[in-house]
Amino acid sequence: MKDLRSFTHKICAYGTNWERVLLKQATGMEKSMIEFKNVSKVYPGNKVAVENINLKFETGEFICFVGTSGSGKTTCMRMINRMNIPSTGTILIDGRDISKVNGINLRRSIGYVIQQIGLMPHMKIYENITMVPKLLKWSEDKMNKVARELLKKVDLPESYLDCYPSELSGGQQQRVGVLRALAADQEIILMDEPFGALDPITRDTLQQLVKQLQREMGKTIIFVTHDMDEALKLSDRMVVMDKGQVVQFDTPDAILAKPANDFVRDMLGEDRLNRAQFDYETVEKMMVLEPICILENQSVAEAIQIMRKNRVDTLLVVDEEKHLKGQVDIFALDQKRMGSDRVGNHTKKISYLYNDTKIRDAIYYINDLGFRNIPVVNKNLVLAGLVTRASVVDKVYESYWSDYQPETDDAIHQVRPEKMPAMEDAL
Amino acid sequence: MIDYLIQNRSLLELKIGEHFLISIVALMIGTVIAVPIGILITKSTKLSQMVISFCSVLQTIPSLALLAIMVPLFGVGKLPAIIALVIYSLLPILRNTYLGMNSVDKNIIDASKGMGMTWSQIVVHVKVPLAFPVIMSGIRLSAIYMVAWATLASYIGAGGLGDFIFMGLNNFNFYAIIAGTVPVTLMALLFDGLLSIVERKLTPKTSADISHKSEKEPVNV
Repeated sequence: MKDLRSFTHKICAYGTNWERVLLKQATGMEKSMIEFKNVSKVYPGNKVAVENINLKFETGEFICFVGTSGSGKTTCMRMINRMNIPSTGTILIDGRDISKVNGINLRRSIGYVIQQIGLMPHMKIYENITMVPKLLKWSEDKMNKVARELLKKVDLPESYLDCYPSELSGGQQQRVGVLRALAADQEIILMDEPFGALDPITRDTLQQLVKQLQREMGKTIIFVTHDMDEALKLSDRMVVMDKGQVVQFDTPDAILAKPANDFVRDMLGEDRLNRAQFDYETVEKMMVLEPICILENQSVAEAIQIMRKNRVDTLLVVDEEKHLKGQVDIFALDQKRMGSDRVGNHTKKISYLYNDTKIRDAIYYINDLGFRNIPVVNKNLVLAGLVTRASVVDKVYESYWSDYQPETDDAIHQVRPEKMPAMEDAL
Repeated sequence: MIDYLIQNRSLLELKIGEHFLISIVALMIGTVIAVPIGILITKSTKLSQMVISFCSVLQTIPSLALLAIMVPLFGVGKLPAIIALVIYSLLPILRNTYLGMNSVDKNIIDASKGMGMTWSQIVVHVKVPLAFPVIMSGIRLSAIYMVAWATLASYIGAGGLGDFIFMGLNNFNFYAIIAGTVPVTLMALLFDGLLSIVERKLTPKTSADISHKSEKEPVNV
């Protein structure tokens, strides 16, 4: 730990991120920062809090632990700064077993933010922010500078340095709580549901702020939350926990695309999963499978017949191996003049999508760029299907409205023609 | 009455001095013993229960009996009186210290620990400042007890205003009783007043507002 500290001290208090990255590469520090190896925690009375956890976090990652209460997520987080001691297994930080380092020094090198904020009510904001630097015996000048710089980062006026926590709003207090965790230039920051007690608007601003600070300063953040939206929004990778075990550990996109089991599925909720389909499902899921096409060797007369029969105005042109060649348009064809001509001679260019295009992109082309339909091809340009406006509507309907039923049937009405008397009678 | 006071003025002054000395020495010794113990026992619940029940047992001994017990052990005079009073002062101070320390917001302690404060740093910089009003209320309570019970110390020859009261009782001298009682009451009020000033001065501020009172209600035993 001493090395880590002297290392962090080498970099001036607020060096830019790339400086740090360079230094890290130079010193070979760019490896997995935090590693859980077979970690279990059993409380007295055989209450298992977490069981056999194996995780690896990289430097600079934003990791969220998500789970219901009692899932062991907070326990896991608190083991990183040895607020909880694992019953078995080891936790490594930068390859070093933390059970072998001094707990006090370890905690001073790791930022810590809790839901209840925990600012010292009898200390001014300045003293609260510089708590850890003071423990590390920094000079007053340096602490002063750091406190001022930090306060600027979170848009609080410098005059707040002389205020007491009770004079700040909850959101402002938690900003200070976050600053306190950054003040000694800690590489790792632990956050235990830090925004759980804030109103949605304040929470939103603080989430953005933390994410921005994390990117800017290259911190590794371990963030515990039960709010799935928060986790999806903030994390680079997230750990979903249930009953003391890791159910899934992956990027938010991957988890949305493939929830490991029903628990994860429930945590995410059907709505979120449906909406997420657009982000990870490909056009293959929504395309029309066998679009009407014509071989380039067939005649124009045949093309017109196919169009008439299927009541369409364009046909996709393919070759014998179904490679997409273009399209023919009924308005460009003239049966009398070129009836026996090859279709291939009148083919026009066409835009197409590959079959691994995401649905949301396909919808963008169709909806925003005004394509009526776009063929889908595989890697070898072999025609696979066709995305049309109708298929977009179907997909959207399926995602948002699939289980919708009107409360009553009075929205639909019938016209009942009255039997009119015979013409002659009227006359 | 006035005549009586004028006649016995020098004696009264002496006795007030003695009374004041006995109470304040006992209170100071009691504080010096009880506050650190009250802080230390927060380390272990079992220990704290033992210590607090032991002090409660001491408290149940009738004061006169306790003074009487002191005589064979320490003879007569001021020393046994002070020892007896110290024993009495322990419980309120100890208990309030313990309660005060434990009443500090657990989250603040958690945050302090999580930031890498040692146990003693947490005690000195966080727990004691925040528990200060509660600890002080224990000391104030004790102070009033000390002044009141120092009266009985006269019984074992410690002097003090008790001398007037016992003299009055023996001689059916109502004036003597009054001359002993009123200064005791005034002294108790004075102690309480002085300590409340100390408390206000030393309690850390939690707001720039000067009229702001500490949020924590003092816990009385």
